Amino acid sequence: MGEIKYTKDHEYIRVEGDVAVVGISDYAQSQLGDVVFVELPKLGKALSKGDEAAVVESVKAASEVYAPVSGEVTEINSGLEAQPGAINEDPEGTGWFMKVKLADPSELAGLMNEADYKAYLASIH
Amino acid sequence: MSEPQTDTTPLRRTPLHDRHVSLGARMVGFAGYDMPVQYKEGILAEHQWTRTHAGLFDVSHMGQCFLIGRDHETVARALEALIPADIVNLKPGQQRYSQFLNEDGGVLDDIMVTRSADPDEDGTLMVVVNAGCKDADFAHLKAHLPSPIKLLIAEHRALLALQGPEAAMVLSRHCKDADQMAFMTGASTLFDAIPVHISRSGYSGEDGYEISVRADKVAIIFERLLAHSEVKPIGLGARDSLRLEAGLCLYGHELDVTTSPVEAAIQWSIQKRRREEGGFPGFERISRELKEGPSRKRVGLLPEGRAPAREGTEITTEAGEKIGLVTSGGFGPTLNGPCAMGYVDTANSAIGTKVHLMVRGNAMPASIVAMPFVPHRFHRS
Repeated sequence: MGEIKYTKDHEYIRVEGDVAVVGISDYAQSQLGDVVFVELPKLGKALSKGDEAAVVESVKAASEVYAPVSGEVTEINSGLEAQPGAINEDPEGTGWFMKVKLADPSELAGLMNEADYKAYLASIH
Repeated sequence: MSEPQTDTTPLRRTPLHDRHVSLGARMVGFAGYDMPVQYKEGILAEHQWTRTHAGLFDVSHMGQCFLIGRDHETVARALEALIPADIVNLKPGQQRYSQFLNEDGGVLDDIMVTRSADPDEDGTLMVVVNAGCKDADFAHLKAHLPSPIKLLIAEHRALLALQGPEAAMVLSRHCKDADQMAFMTGASTLFDAIPVHISRSGYSGEDGYEISVRADKVAIIFERLLAHSEVKPIGLGARDSLRLEAGLCLYGHELDVTTSPVEAAIQWSIQKRRREEGGFPGFERISRELKEGPSRKRVGLLPEGRAPAREGTEITTEAGEKIGLVTSGGFGPTLNGPCAMGYVDTANSAIGTKVHLMVRGNAMPASIVAMPFVPHRFHRS
């Protein structure tokens, strides 16, 4: 497993070679509550960093998930359609959203590592 | 991930506020109050628990007041000047759903009215109103009730709701004969030794009760109910998904000052005598809409896919012509799928009509369906 990095909007990205797995952090899922629906991007979609990449809906509300980096969507977690609860149960494992082929690996430098993200969570509470 | 906007106005608290926090509730601002939206188990589990066992809700943010007159007829006639329900013919202990209306027949608030069951209290009506409207409602009552009618705002009272198929069994352990009460009736009784007013009603689509009690006694009742294995605390999130599945209106969503009770498809709450005699604000419009049909109607919407259509979603014909808006929409946990309510032009309101819901720019196929989405299981004796 590659290194995991986080955005201030609580997406995570786990880099495995030139492909990155994207999802939402455990903190994000705990804030959302029960996830009941996910809208994922189309395969092959070219995302720019900060684009709306997906929508995650809890019982109460819909939230956008932003692309942590630029790149092309190479795989989506279609299992979430039937099991959106995986995002609550295992956000950084079976609850992943999509895989993205990195367009510009230097963008990773602007993201937080796990320790920085923990400190960031502590600072917003 | 985007985060919802939060309001920074200072929030009021119910007497149970600290207890909600200690139970692990997530607190949110609602109608000016800091309220539990969910406890630790989450909205889905709380919703299912209420449908299968008994859910305990703190609804102390709602407004409670008493109208007191010389006798029932006097106080009933005074209230009837503001609402379209037949109150004069309410039997002692009977409860009715109604609405405060403006001069155009628009809804100022939707309310529950109960005639006291106690012969010594003949001439007393208990009225429960929405939290977000209560200050305006009380001002409205003060301005319009004739002077011999006394308005007593019960700020010192709290309100709990116990809802679900096991509610009757649980409450009967504390309130003698609670399980013998008919649906939509109220009674002053004792909860153990604490004086309470209970009514067999609620807003979940399930059998259940609302329990009105002095604010300084509500914590005892809350704990004693929570001590039963059948009972769990339930937040406003599940309260909303329960009422949505039950097809019930929520003020500020399905009802506002522009919607009439006929448009909202709650004309069943206007009894025959009132339809004939009138004597309430907006009678002209309501009478016309009852005769000719309203120009728009509240309907149930069932999306074909899994995506929820939220409030504000545009409703179009299959050809793309705009016919209305979603007023409440989300995920129905018992339905295990999305459901919504909204207003559409009457011409396109027939059950079975295929429509599109414009979710994030995409046309999602949906059907207009009969409500409730989940059958009511009120207690009918």
